[in-house]
Amino acid sequence: MKRKWLALALAAVMLLGLLAGCGGGGNNAGGNGGNNQQQGDNTGNDGNDGGNQGSEAKGSVYWLNFKPEADELLQEIAQMYTDKTGVPVKVTTAASGTYESTLTSEMDKSAPPTLFVIGNAPAVKTWGDYALDLTGTDIANELNSDAYNLYDADGKLVSIGYCYECYGIIVNVDLLEQAGHKLDEIKNFETLKAAAEDIHARAAELGFDAFTSNDMDDSSSWRYTGHMINLEYYYEEQAAGSKWSDTPDTLTGAYMDNFKNLYDLCVNNSTVARTELATGGHDAQAEFKDGKAVFYVQGSWEYAAVIDSVPSATMIPYYCGVEGEENAGLNCGSENYWAINAMASEDDQKATMDFMVWLVTDPEANELITNGVGGFGAMPYKSAVASTNGFLSHAAELTDSGHYVMDWATNFQPNVNEYRAAFVSALNQYNADPSDANWQAVVTAAIDGWATQAAAAKG
Amino acid sequence: MKRKKPSSGGGLRRPIQRWGWLFLGPVTAAFALGFVWPFLQGIYLSLCKFRIIKDAQFIGLDNYIAAFQDASFMHSFWYTALFAVVSLVLINVLAFTVAYFLTQGIRGSNLYRTVFFMPNLIGGIVLGYIWSMIFDGILSHYNTSILLETKYGFWGLIILMCWQQIGYMMIIYIAGLQAVPEEMLEAARIDGASKSQTLFKVTIPNVMPSITICTFLSLTNGFKLFDQNLALTAGQPFVIQPDGSSIKTTEMLALNIYNTFYGQNSASKGVAQAKAVIFFVLVAGLGLAQLAYTRKREVQQ
Repeated sequence: MKRKWLALALAAVMLLGLLAGCGGGGNNAGGNGGNNQQQGDNTGNDGNDGGNQGSEAKGSVYWLNFKPEADELLQEIAQMYTDKTGVPVKVTTAASGTYESTLTSEMDKSAPPTLFVIGNAPAVKTWGDYALDLTGTDIANELNSDAYNLYDADGKLVSIGYCYECYGIIVNVDLLEQAGHKLDEIKNFETLKAAAEDIHARAAELGFDAFTSNDMDDSSSWRYTGHMINLEYYYEEQAAGSKWSDTPDTLTGAYMDNFKNLYDLCVNNSTVARTELATGGHDAQAEFKDGKAVFYVQGSWEYAAVIDSVPSATMIPYYCGVEGEENAGLNCGSENYWAINAMASEDDQKATMDFMVWLVTDPEANELITNGVGGFGAMPYKSAVASTNGFLSHAAELTDSGHYVMDWATNFQPNVNEYRAAFVSALNQYNADPSDANWQAVVTAAIDGWATQAAAAKG
Repeated sequence: MKRKKPSSGGGLRRPIQRWGWLFLGPVTAAFALGFVWPFLQGIYLSLCKFRIIKDAQFIGLDNYIAAFQDASFMHSFWYTALFAVVSLVLINVLAFTVAYFLTQGIRGSNLYRTVFFMPNLIGGIVLGYIWSMIFDGILSHYNTSILLETKYGFWGLIILMCWQQIGYMMIIYIAGLQAVPEEMLEAARIDGASKSQTLFKVTIPNVMPSITICTFLSLTNGFKLFDQNLALTAGQPFVIQPDGSSIKTTEMLALNIYNTFYGQNSASKGVAQAKAVIFFVLVAGLGLAQLAYTRKREVQQ
């Protein structure tokens, strides 16, 4: 008898498994109705709301978000929109460094993202076919600048910028002055180096160090292999006399020594020894907020997070020993570009477009998304609110006073994940043993690796 | 009564024949949906160039040619093979040893069994990160890191896998050891067999079915290893070649396939798919060969 019951229970479990499978299949086939229901659940509506939305065929929004630090804020804004209009908005965030793989798998689903990011020229090549032409659309008409438009080879407007950012070295001015240095005296690599090395030498006595930790694990290595290396690309681009419009096949590596200057300065004068960076585990942001270090290699998106703890925080350019760098500004640009999925249903496309327009025109929503913690900082739209981000306004001041803007040439990195992985590995070896041979491997990874990946990306 | 046929159970067979589809149907459907269809689709995609599956474009065997020409794939194959063999031997020898001692009636053996089994309940990614911290906590005293030397990465992964898998295999071995008939052991004792003679001539032949299962599991686990590999070293250290390409010295097959799939252009997705098919043939072939080999050594009681 017992065994019979057991067999029955097993059969029931199997049957349930099958039904669950069918349920999934039903959703796939059911299209809109099923999706709405599902997304109503995701946005936390009660059962009634979900049911109602299921019956109205007005489309829904699925935003595959690129900025992990904005996730919490975007969930809040999505909820706000749903409460207001009843349109379900689902926001999913890809962890840092996994956007490409998340997008690849999400795009194949029956309910792919309606709103996703095509952030640079290589991405236009891979994903441009799946993007709706935004020329003359409601959202494109709200832009106040066409500096943040990405077009494909046929002139289709594939994606439009939704925020711009800058990066450089964040400075705790109070601590700098406590250490007996002035911000004004830091004008180039020589003076930055003098200040940083002096502070590092007296770290025990001062109670703080020059640079925060410079971890090389996935959560932090992009600050060097994605951002700091931009100085090499930028100056190379300048030397060639024109901005890149596509990934160049090869690099000369002429400014790798300048990258080395700044990188060495960071890892040699930091709270954490250079030999302990490979697997990470340190919290650079917390070190900066707690006043453990004066300099923090980061970007404008950190403003809201650090400004309460460090009211004197400002940002200085990557000084690296290039001639005329007294005139340098910050690295300004964007890899945050919205694209609407051309495969989505018309209802969903329309819902997505309305949502985007609401984000950039509704004063309350725009204030939140621009200036909230983890927010976008500044959005290039006509009715967007003024940014309270001090780093961005500082970048604008620098530009107004005649400093040159270092644009984001780093956006052209070919096969970015593979390229950066090799670069990180080479830097790890170099950090453990800063020999010439190991530095040579870093140069090979960054420069010859570029050529290799640029060729592979075309294949 | 006179209708009863000579074959027993005739009264039960008819309803089973009639309702058999109800019992077979769910399994067959689930198996087809969850395994057969994706598998066939995977094979088809390995012959295609695609960015997303809906837009696959048939190109024939080019992907397989590219896969075999890929030096990193060959490197990861040999590295994986070495890893699988070393981990197979270590895990099984250690698991059997632990199981042997825990069936000798020592005090607290239930507690030991539980404790040894516990690591198996932790997910691979978490394990990888925890162990990378442990290893680096030690290695940083010597100014190095698990990410800097291939041999650290290799042995680190072996230690991690042993720690995780020994408990699991131990449970299987304990079950096998407890099933060895007491009379047989007693007979051996009476015949004056020494402890080691009993172990090698009586016990081990009798637990051969467990050994078959455990070697099969640890061999295929070794080949299919992914999470722990990704979280512990992710292929580091790389050897940067003079031409700018790099060899990921601790990258195993599954991670190589993953990196190929997501790393490059749309052509590489098909190549990764081809690698995955080759990988399947390899793992299935090895698994079957090993099964056939150890089956022969099993004794019938």
